Amino acid sequence: MQVQGWGGYPAIEAQVHWPAQRSACAALVQAGSLIPRGLGRSYGDSASAPRVMQTDYLDHFIGFDPATGVLVVEAGVSLREILELVVPAGWCLAVSPGTSYVTVGGAIASDVHGKNHQVAGTFGQHVHWLTLLLGNGDVVTASNTEHADLFHATCGGMGLTGVVLTASLQLQRIQSSYLQRTTYKASCLDEAFALFEAHEQASYSVAWIDCLAQGKNMGRSLVKLAEPSVTGGLDFSLRQPLTVPMHLPEFCLNRWSIKAFNSVYFNAARANRTEPVPLRSYLYELDSIGHWNRIYGKAGFVQYQCVIPQADGLDNMRRLLAKISASGAGSFLAVLKQFGAENQNTLSFPMPGYTLALDFKWTPKVAPLCRALDQMISSIGGRVYLTKDALLDAASFRLMYPHWEKFEEVRAQYGAIGKFASAQSARLGLQ
Amino acid sequence: MKKILIIGATSAIAEHCARLWAKRGASLFLVARNSGQLETIATDLAVRGASKVDCMVMDANDHNAHEAMFEAAHLALDGLDSVLIAHGTLSDQAQCELSVAETLSELHTNGLSVVALLTLLANRFGAQGGGSIGVISSVAGDRGRASNYVYGSAKALVTAFTSGMRQRLSKANVMITTIKPGFVDTPMTAAFDKGLLWAKPDAAAARIVVAMDKRKAVVYVPAFWWWIMTIIKAIPEAIFYRRQL
Ligand SMILES: Cc1cc2nc3c(=O)[nH]c(=O)nc-3n(C[C@H](O)[C@H](O)[C@H](O)COP(=O)(O)OP(=O)(O)OC[C@H]3O[C@@H](n4cnc5c(N)ncnc54)[C@H](O)[C@@H]3O)c2cc1C
Ligand SMILES: NC(=O)c1ccc[n+]([C@@H]2O[C@H](COP(=O)([O-])OP(=O)(O)OC[C@H]3O[C@@H](n4cnc5c(N)ncnc54)[C@H](OP(=O)(O)O)[C@@H]3O)[C@@H](O)[C@H]2O)c1
Repeated sequence: MQVQGWGGYPAIEAQVHWPAQRSACAALVQAGSLIPRGLGRSYGDSASAPRVMQTDYLDHFIGFDPATGVLVVEAGVSLREILELVVPAGWCLAVSPGTSYVTVGGAIASDVHGKNHQVAGTFGQHVHWLTLLLGNGDVVTASNTEHADLFHATCGGMGLTGVVLTASLQLQRIQSSYLQRTTYKASCLDEAFALFEAHEQASYSVAWIDCLAQGKNMGRSLVKLAEPSVTGGLDFSLRQPLTVPMHLPEFCLNRWSIKAFNSVYFNAARANRTEPVPLRSYLYELDSIGHWNRIYGKAGFVQYQCVIPQADGLDNMRRLLAKISASGAGSFLAVLKQFGAENQNTLSFPMPGYTLALDFKWTPKVAPLCRALDQMISSIGGRVYLTKDALLDAASFRLMYPHWEKFEEVRAQYGAIGKFASAQSARLGLQ
Repeated sequence: MKKILIIGATSAIAEHCARLWAKRGASLFLVARNSGQLETIATDLAVRGASKVDCMVMDANDHNAHEAMFEAAHLALDGLDSVLIAHGTLSDQAQCELSVAETLSELHTNGLSVVALLTLLANRFGAQGGGSIGVISSVAGDRGRASNYVYGSAKALVTAFTSGMRQRLSKANVMITTIKPGFVDTPMTAAFDKGLLWAKPDAAAARIVVAMDKRKAVVYVPAFWWWIMTIIKAIPEAIFYRRQL
């Protein structure tokens, strides 16, 4: 069958396995090279390979201590299911990406970050330990203190060190399932950056930025900050979202319809107001529409997410936005966010600086555009996020992820080479 | 809180029913062949909120073990309100056509073992004067088709048997719900290409649990299968047998 990432590009032919239980995984790994796959929310080809192992049936809770907030789960459990269980008990995930439709295994393998990166770091920093199925069929426990090199290569390792089978997570206490959200309108990039700097200590922060705005409007954005609330109760009932039923025809998305959408989005927002909003609508704004990726049509899209270092961040971001807006390829809203400190994970994405994420509807012109952006990003010491990537080449990867050799050493040491590979890892020149 | 026995508790559909019951705080007794997987599921259900979870390893084809299993469940939960019978195997039709033994064994697992369990259970629930029984049959039991008539006829046995037993027990306040899933995406059907007609096991389970709550007699899962099967059943045999449907 065909497998593809959330962006729909590229699609490749694969043999897909669904082990019904943890104990069935070792035999599949021993039978030949594969890549593990969770909910397929990575955008490009990180979870695609000629042989794929789905973790759908590894979806069991193993333990939850409501006194300490320690949760032990199988890797196929989704963040959504975790929240349904733990929020009513007064706990929340310490780090959560922009969608709840991801598995714990996927969140570890991409070492995902959330809107609270500046204070909370990445998902992997809240993992007490994990168990990993190695290429030879053995299962080892890895943590900060046990097989630490393997642990740091696995958090952010894109499934290339082995299959995460189980993990112990530290949850974060909450008193309410609401956040107090404050929205600011920034009319240009300088203002957006000034807001981020002024609110560095905010618990949550993110900006939606209009990449099509040019000239003096360049960088106009809505900066959304949030603080935990103490009122509102602990309710986390997830409604089934409305779903885009099928791929929309190509003509629906064009420069003008996107411009119109962005203008409405900006003008409709009420600025300088603080209001209570449910956790789920601040953290997972896009989850209210199922399969929104289908609006890009059958050809799909690629998402480009990069981080640029703090030094000269404003100037470099301006250059980056100018390039994107000149290409005319930019899409709906892009996401802009300030990152906090870097961690020890070998291929982890975040570094102190600014990250920008946006979609390009797939056309052959997108590949050279991304290549040009890659060159600019690597020349200023930034990097591209592997879990979004579909196009990065091996040379740029090595510049952006200087610890790649260490990563390969750890993989060799734990027998991952020739056992775990994806279409992406082949493109990036990993063994 | 409800006291529920699940036979074939490692089935994906049954497991999702159990998750919904666990969330309500039910006490559960799980029966299946695979002890490792039973343990995983029992732990999970306890985390999800079940008041109590006990397990027992049993092969549904081992008729001699049935009575002791019912007794153990009754003892462990201090009574029984509901039972879900979910075990089954998707028969390899081509294999069955070549082998009498294979055919009979499939009929045994999917048909006779269910009949045996229900025979004992009907008397228990009849005597206690109440209870709810869900039995997973299949749309395949509504009409035999070339592609899977061995499996289909075992399920037809289950459908007819539960229909009669439902009538018999109606005065004893015992409801038997005959559950007829269409295509559900589970390990049983992992090898199939999935199209629009396929349901996820959590959605299937939600419908089954509600049907048992409401003491429905027959439930198609999802509901649109009632329409499909009504049409398929209405096709005259003289036409049906020449088509590959
Ligand atoms: C709308 C949307 C918003 C998003 N927002 C953010 C965000 O704010 N921050 C962020 O960091 N990310 C974000 N993402 C990306 C997403 O969090 C990651 O791609 C995540 O890894 C997806 O998890 P998954 O279960 O779908 O994994 P998949 O996409 O199936 O796999 C992703 C990677 O994880 C590996 N993997 C999966 N399971 C295992 C396992 N059990 N063991 C080992 N490796 C495994 C795969 O091999 C692959 O390399 C977003 C994605 C979407 C669609
Ligand atoms: N999936 C569908 O599309 C579909 C459609 C219509 C009807 N159904 C019916 O739905 C029910 C549940 O199936 P499912 O889809 O959830 O598939 P499943 O996950 O494969 O479950 C089938 C279960 O039956 C168990 N089983 C098989 N033979 C057994 C025996 N002799 N004794 C005890 N347990 C036995 C299996 O246990 P082991 O792990 O020990 O083998 C397995 O857990 C079955 O009755 C099936 O016929 C399914």
